[in-house]
Amino acid sequence: MMVGLYRAEFSDMKLALLSDIHSNLHALQACLAHARAQGAQQFAFLGDLVGYGAQPAEVLECIMALQGEGATVLRGNHEQVTLAPPDVVQQIGDMGAQWTHSQLSTHQRNWLAQLPLTHDLGAVLLVHASVNEPERWRYVDSPMAATASLDAARAWPQVRYVFGGHVHAQTLYYRGAVGQLMPFQPQAGVAIPVPRHRQWLATVGSVGQPRDGNPQAMYALFDQSAALLTFHRVHYDHAAAADAIRRAGLPQFFATRLEAGR
Amino acid sequence: MKLLTPGSELDGFTIGECIHSGGMAHIYHVTYAQGRHNPGFPMAMKVPRMASGDGAENIISFEVECQIQQVLAGSHVPRFVAAGDLERMPYLVMEYLAGRTLQHWLDAPQPLDVNVITRLGVAMARAAHALHLQNTVHLDLKPQNVLFRPTPGATEPAPAAQPLGAFGAAVLLDFGLSHHAHYPDLLAEQLRKAVGSPAWIAPEQVVGVRGDPRSDVFAIGVMLYQLCTGELPFGEPQTAAGMRQRLWIDPVPPRKRRADLPAWLQEVVLRCLEPEAAKRYPSAALLAFDLSHPTQVHVSERGTNTQATPFLTHVKRWIKAAGMHYQPSPVPSQQIEEVPIVMVAVPYRDATDATLYSLRQAVARSLGTRPGARLACVTVIPSSLSNTTSEERSETQLHRRYLTQLHQWAQPLDHPGRQSSCHVLESGDVAQALLDYAVGNQVSVIVMGAATHGLKTQRFIATVPIKVAMDAPCTVILVKQTLPFAQLAGAAEDDTDPRGGALVDPRGPGAALYGDDLGPLG
Repeated sequence: MMVGLYRAEFSDMKLALLSDIHSNLHALQACLAHARAQGAQQFAFLGDLVGYGAQPAEVLECIMALQGEGATVLRGNHEQVTLAPPDVVQQIGDMGAQWTHSQLSTHQRNWLAQLPLTHDLGAVLLVHASVNEPERWRYVDSPMAATASLDAARAWPQVRYVFGGHVHAQTLYYRGAVGQLMPFQPQAGVAIPVPRHRQWLATVGSVGQPRDGNPQAMYALFDQSAALLTFHRVHYDHAAAADAIRRAGLPQFFATRLEAGR
Repeated sequence: MKLLTPGSELDGFTIGECIHSGGMAHIYHVTYAQGRHNPGFPMAMKVPRMASGDGAENIISFEVECQIQQVLAGSHVPRFVAAGDLERMPYLVMEYLAGRTLQHWLDAPQPLDVNVITRLGVAMARAAHALHLQNTVHLDLKPQNVLFRPTPGATEPAPAAQPLGAFGAAVLLDFGLSHHAHYPDLLAEQLRKAVGSPAWIAPEQVVGVRGDPRSDVFAIGVMLYQLCTGELPFGEPQTAAGMRQRLWIDPVPPRKRRADLPAWLQEVVLRCLEPEAAKRYPSAALLAFDLSHPTQVHVSERGTNTQATPFLTHVKRWIKAAGMHYQPSPVPSQQIEEVPIVMVAVPYRDATDATLYSLRQAVARSLGTRPGARLACVTVIPSSLSNTTSEERSETQLHRRYLTQLHQWAQPLDHPGRQSSCHVLESGDVAQALLDYAVGNQVSVIVMGAATHGLKTQRFIATVPIKVAMDAPCTVILVKQTLPFAQLAGAAEDDTDPRGGALVDPRGPGAALYGDDLGPLG
């Protein structure tokens, strides 16, 4: 009964979808403020909360507090690496993982370890990467990969919407006239009708590390009762976020890519 | 979907009489059920046919129409009222418009007057441009989907009884095949195929391109061709191969079918019907411009020719067209931004050489990065100037004189391939005349002198540039003169910019020129 009641309430709320925050507190706060100004009452964090950025502990503190107020939080591949960082640094990301590990409290690490890979909210299924074997972190970067993810979501018969992150790009996949999935590049700030008689899959982009040449943070806002999905780009102080990375002694590349949005 | 019964209620609407019962949908008059005030205009409800066995495309097309109709605004589309839930009870309630569709003119017993054809074309092109500015391409323009409002204020006689020359603005109907650049295109598919009505569909639509505003220009061209000749330029092909023919075949020149058509009109119609979108009018606004300024249309062989295209030419084009394939279209509003109509207001008197020079430089800059831009040079002369009794000051004489003056001014801006034209307007209110011209011709940028058109009164009343800048429907560039020639020559002229002058004043900064002529704007 309680679950049913919760779902009925949820469907009337605007849900902010935030993914790939990557320890970027400046970007996270800007997106949260933007989403609240747009009327968001519910928040979902789709994984990769940490890694690359300079403020993992602060970011987790913020997200844990929101979870206490009802936010959904998922685990991403960077959580996985942070919990068990490689002993030998093989690639540039590994260096950040060891550092991040050292920054987190035991309590925070334990919290990360119990995060789920998927979460279903009735018509909405949340995942970090692909619903198709979520633990393998497949990139949903093509209609084929999106089809595999949506097909796997059939295990939840009610699901009409799959929202994920991982690819750091905002794309909406929809069924074209003949039924196969087609990618659509959304225009930031435009509310797109996503009626529930169709199936939709969206990658909501990255809050903390945009890579499309535009340093503005990305997130999406879903209004289920109106069946509208809006992709947003949010200006934030990326210079401050980059400075924090340099001060923390993390690789310079992590800082410059925030400034360039690459 | 079975018919709704008149008098029954649906989602707060009372169903009225069935106006239309077509293959795709039923349309009913509706009013709000008791307790709600009607919106101040009559309403119609469209209910798609969705009985079992109906094609899925019909449903998707209805979904597209609901989606796009909800976000369109302006006087060239019916106002949106409500949409029913697609899963439960699909319907669309919108403004019901009295008026006649273009079919009414096509059904006229005698050939239409050129003036009526032109005005119908202008109205259609303006409506299409208003749509394109909202990032939407109609993609199914045809006589049944273009409705003309009755002339403003005319309540009697009923629209159908009005003379052929009496009609108002065009309204575009049925967005079931339309494309909005900001929404996923539900009608697109991987195997690109033609979506549209065979007689009016543009060549690029035949190969699956959806979203190019020039496809609508093509469809308007087909309708203009029909209005001119009573015939369809490419017939009404029933097969995909038949539709592909328009990728290489020229229609029979309209003047071959109707000898009294002016060459300029054929030029315009055939330019709309060019198989390659890039050779058509780059925007519907530019089409409207040519239709409203017949004397300014550059007539090429395309306009004068009355012979059908030789067989060999068609064969060559057929080979070229075989390679034509799908390419994604740019966003409509961006695409038409590339081909603006730039209007420059040139004062008919009291302008210094420096002002005129700076104005020309500013225009050259505005045009420079956009090869497809069109230039309209406008001069407004007061109506009191002309005098019906004096031969020398007769209206035509004056117009000719100022037109020559304008042509001379614009000559350095001439550029091969650039379309430009000069216009002398007569009005007592210069600013209003400029604004009316800008609105009427969908001008994208107005360039004018910051201190022209009555500099001396600047401090006391809202000057022409200020009024234009405040009320213009588009960007206004106010040009300040860069080089005060008059100052260099030594003699101070009344119209020169005092602050600019002081910078090069040989007597040093702050000299006499900073006198009491220094207005608030410098």
